[in-house]
Amino acid sequence: MNQFQYVRPTKPQAAIDAVAKDANARFIAGGTNLVDLMKRGVMTPQKLVDINRLDFRKIERQNNALRIGALALNSTVADDKQVRERQPLLALALNAGASPQLRNMATVGGNMLQRTRCAYFYDVTMPCNKRQPGTGCGALEGVNRMHAIFGFSDKCIAVHPSDMSVALVALDATVQVSGPKGNRSIPFADFHRLPGDTPEKDTNLEPGELITAVDVPDNPFTKHVHYQKVRERASYAFALLSVAAALDIDNGGTIKAARLAMGGVAHKPWRLTAAEQVLVGKPATEESFRQAATVAMQGAKAFKYNEYKLRLGPNAIVQALKTAAAA
Amino acid sequence: MNAPEKKIGAPMNRVDGRQKVTGAAKYSAEYELPNMAYAVLVGSTVTKGRLSSIDTKDAERAPGVLAVITHLNAPKAPGVKPTGKDPSQPQTVGSALQVFMDDKIRFNDQPIAVVVANTLERARFAARLVRAQYAKEKHQTNLEANKANAFLPTQAKKNPKSPAADYQRGEVDAYKTGALKLEAEYVIPTEVHHPMELQAITAHWEAPDRLTLYDKTQGTMATRRDFARQWGLPEENVKVIATYVGGAFGNALHSWPHESAAIIAAKVVNRPVKLMLTREQMFTMVGYRPHTWQKIGMSATADGKITAITHESIGQTSTYEEFVEATLGQTKMMYQSPNLTTRYRLAALDVGSPIWMRGPGEATGAFALESAMDEMAFLLNIDPMEFRLRNYTDQDPEKNRPWSSKFLKECYQAGAQRVGWNKRQLKPGSLRDGEWFIGYGMGVGTFGAHRGSSKASAQLLPDGTVLLQSAVTDIGPGTGTAMTQIAADTLGLPPEKIRFEWGNSDFAQAPTQGGSAIVNTVGPAVQEVCMALKDKLRELAATSNGAFATAKKEDVSFADNHLTLAGNSTARATYADLVRQAGGKAVTVESKPSGEGQKFSMYSFSVHFAEVRVHELTGEVRVSKLISCADAGTIINEKTAGNQMKGGAVGGIGMALMEHAIIDDRFGRYVTKDLADYHVPVHADSPAIEVFFVNQPDPYVNQLGTKGIGEIATIGVAPAIANAVFNATGKRVRELPITPDKLV
Ligand SMILES: Cc1cc2nc3c(=O)[nH]c(=O)nc-3n(C[C@H](O)[C@H](O)[C@H](O)COP(=O)(O)OP(=O)(O)OC[C@H]3O[C@@H](n4cnc5c(N)ncnc54)[C@H](O)[C@@H]3O)c2cc1C
Ligand code: SF4
Repeated sequence: MNQFQYVRPTKPQAAIDAVAKDANARFIAGGTNLVDLMKRGVMTPQKLVDINRLDFRKIERQNNALRIGALALNSTVADDKQVRERQPLLALALNAGASPQLRNMATVGGNMLQRTRCAYFYDVTMPCNKRQPGTGCGALEGVNRMHAIFGFSDKCIAVHPSDMSVALVALDATVQVSGPKGNRSIPFADFHRLPGDTPEKDTNLEPGELITAVDVPDNPFTKHVHYQKVRERASYAFALLSVAAALDIDNGGTIKAARLAMGGVAHKPWRLTAAEQVLVGKPATEESFRQAATVAMQGAKAFKYNEYKLRLGPNAIVQALKTAAAA
Repeated sequence: MNAPEKKIGAPMNRVDGRQKVTGAAKYSAEYELPNMAYAVLVGSTVTKGRLSSIDTKDAERAPGVLAVITHLNAPKAPGVKPTGKDPSQPQTVGSALQVFMDDKIRFNDQPIAVVVANTLERARFAARLVRAQYAKEKHQTNLEANKANAFLPTQAKKNPKSPAADYQRGEVDAYKTGALKLEAEYVIPTEVHHPMELQAITAHWEAPDRLTLYDKTQGTMATRRDFARQWGLPEENVKVIATYVGGAFGNALHSWPHESAAIIAAKVVNRPVKLMLTREQMFTMVGYRPHTWQKIGMSATADGKITAITHESIGQTSTYEEFVEATLGQTKMMYQSPNLTTRYRLAALDVGSPIWMRGPGEATGAFALESAMDEMAFLLNIDPMEFRLRNYTDQDPEKNRPWSSKFLKECYQAGAQRVGWNKRQLKPGSLRDGEWFIGYGMGVGTFGAHRGSSKASAQLLPDGTVLLQSAVTDIGPGTGTAMTQIAADTLGLPPEKIRFEWGNSDFAQAPTQGGSAIVNTVGPAVQEVCMALKDKLRELAATSNGAFATAKKEDVSFADNHLTLAGNSTARATYADLVRQAGGKAVTVESKPSGEGQKFSMYSFSVHFAEVRVHELTGEVRVSKLISCADAGTIINEKTAGNQMKGGAVGGIGMALMEHAIIDDRFGRYVTKDLADYHVPVHADSPAIEVFFVNQPDPYVNQLGTKGIGEIATIGVAPAIANAVFNATGKRVRELPITPDKLV
């Protein structure tokens, strides 16, 4: 690990200033991702600004939304009564991630900003445009089993690994940030970016911007929800791919509203709006779910080792919707 | 006094359980010596070529750095043979790769330097500052692409009787002309041991010619022999301590470059040096189960008699060592096939050497053989257990001699009943539970019941405790506990009065822990030394009390502070007197196999039955039942033996469903570098595994009747699961692991 300075400001502004003014400074929250990356030499910040003393841990309801503090722990959020009652999809997605020990350290802000698990990104001797722009993409013609089928570029085909973010994009969340230029809100769907020519940028956050909270608006998806995570072992593994599904079904079995998003398929959590529209007004049957899945997969393209995702994707969507409908 | 309860067979708790769960047990990386320094290895970032330059200046100048050692400045141990001088001589004791001897790069992450500093953090920081330039050469790391260059191992060329040589009975490749025949290829990927405890060593030159190693090893004496030879020292000048070993599964069966590096580093800085590998280095420099391609041809009659089997295999090895394992052993002796051909080949790649991994070779071979048995049964439309029974062997068809004991049929029965085999349908995909397909499969395992020679020492202490010592290690199976039970029964003492000490090369000679042979080998020595001790004590007692002179040793028993004699209430000899008379000297015996065993084929047997569920849409596989049944002779401790079986079965789940170390051949580097990428089973992947032991003594392996458990616990598990997946879905996966992408 490199040598670094470590500060623990108690005021948000001090934290923002510390990072905004120093290109080599980084916020640190739970540290479960950043410290790993530092040990491997993938990230080499010269200064760590520990934000754990800032008061961003609360979960409270305001303006018809749940406001979840950026420093709320993944485990706290998943167990929170209001979250479980009003946003059960979020609780399911959180509990599908990592292990209890990690969820007890990991924060909501850190979770959305966790970096890809692409093996080439993690190995500083390998080419990787995300880690070191211009060196090439090691995965493009390499071992790309875990990689993207949507929205990639020839510069980067990595996927975003967060489970929580898949639920948040489905639930139309908004990210609250505070930065050198003041406060702003970013719709969750615009928070992460596609790689394009600048895969080194995961998100649309500006330097020094601090996430303070995430708002999840009230919605009718309190019953028919499911987070389907397909992985190589029963727990404690990143998703081969995952699906967040939420349905609002009337008494006659017709779908009034639907939300659908996928994880492990793109550089950002992948909202499937076209497939959602297919579902609205249809009966909650396997046939409707298949139709939605077919629409959802339009435009998907595979590489040498992730071709299975083209088959697994629609199946997982159907499975998620079936389970959500039966919930 | 009542005779103490018999301890052999009892499910006694581990003698070291408390130390382990409270953290009191000290592992190799946990010894703190005064003035200790810390070493970190720097690995090559290319796969083949030469080091054209290595710049250590920045590293040397970094804070706290004591030395940076490379091939340019490393002291040469006088007894070291250069790497790759004779690759045909696989190393059973020392590492075939010698560190810092030359500028040649033979595999990616090969150690090229070791940085020593006064703290671990400083050593790790400075290690990053070492900069190497390479003259790269084209490398080969892909087994598939190198199958055409596969060769017969030199040992087989020299000796046609070698287990690795081509084997033939009946006609060559007779399956080809069979009426009903099967031909299939099977592949297992590279699998890595990954015990919980990382490989670690603390090396301490106590004097210029005296070396003490606190080392993670399965064999204290083998490690001592190796480093004594390397450094030209008498063996008694080297001491190896491995009291606790946090699992090894084979990867501490011989010494490795990092151990040499720590010893060199300790010599250079003249301080004790601790070196612990990272998880990443555990992939590259301490061995693995080799990536292996296999092909089986099999023919049978319509009524289910096998007429011929041909089993071929090509395993990966390194360029500097011919690593050979018994991949085809089980095929030669398990089923009654009049025609049988095996061909074992190696492909040398630019990778580190493999090493035996639990159920070595046999587990690989059993995946192919037992899958093929299932495939043939399916072709014949016969129940796979029935098919195995129709080809059951009542004597060894390879060596044409009787088994010392074989209770495999009993295992079949017990397992079939426990798993609910009668629910199994011949037609795949017949059973479901909602979205889950259900299937049943079985796989058989076997491993030689080996027994070597070993010594043990015993001594009475003033408080009436008997101290036993053996150089053997306990890598987790509960060796210390089993030996305590054997001693307790032999001496007629409660286990609390036995102190069995192990894991120190200064103790009585014992072999390396491995090959399921430790209870077979050290158990008899412990039993015999206990009898010898009793006799010795009786003799000593006789010098002051004539009644003991004529007594039989069976009549001697231990009371609170003295020996007593059955039928003579006045005869007593106090421990204080006996200890004084013995003058602190222990009794030592050596126990050897009788030779009678030569007339028999001696094997442990196992069968594993799996019930799996496969999700119809996602292809996820869950093992819902796993029953492991073993004919392993006498079971000394039902609890630790059961634990061995369960651990082996969990390893088999990993082999079947997830373990897969992947190299990107363009770079020759692993892309699975940690336990987030290289999956081993978590609790949720393992059902409550049920274990059944036949528990019948083998009359010939040794007087205890044991046959060994460690390997058969894993061998046959992976095919049981693969066969169950086929039964559930009709999909035959012949390349492990069976991940969801292969089933959707
Ligand atoms: C073995 C393992 C398995 C895992 N499995 C999964 C899994 O299955 N699914 C899953 O979703 N995740 C998984 N994770 C990832 C885990 O969820 C993340 O590591 C965690 O959520 C990161 O949160 P943190 O608070 O520790 O972030 P940190 O490591 O502290 O920070 C991560 C990044 O976010 C930045 N940051 C943190 N907080 C803020 C803020 N408020 N404002 C601006 N920037 C901020 C930091 O500068 C840093 O760049 C796994 C991790 C490990 C180690
Ligand atoms: S996919 Fe992205 S992260 Fe992975 S190697 Fe390519 S550029 Fe780097």
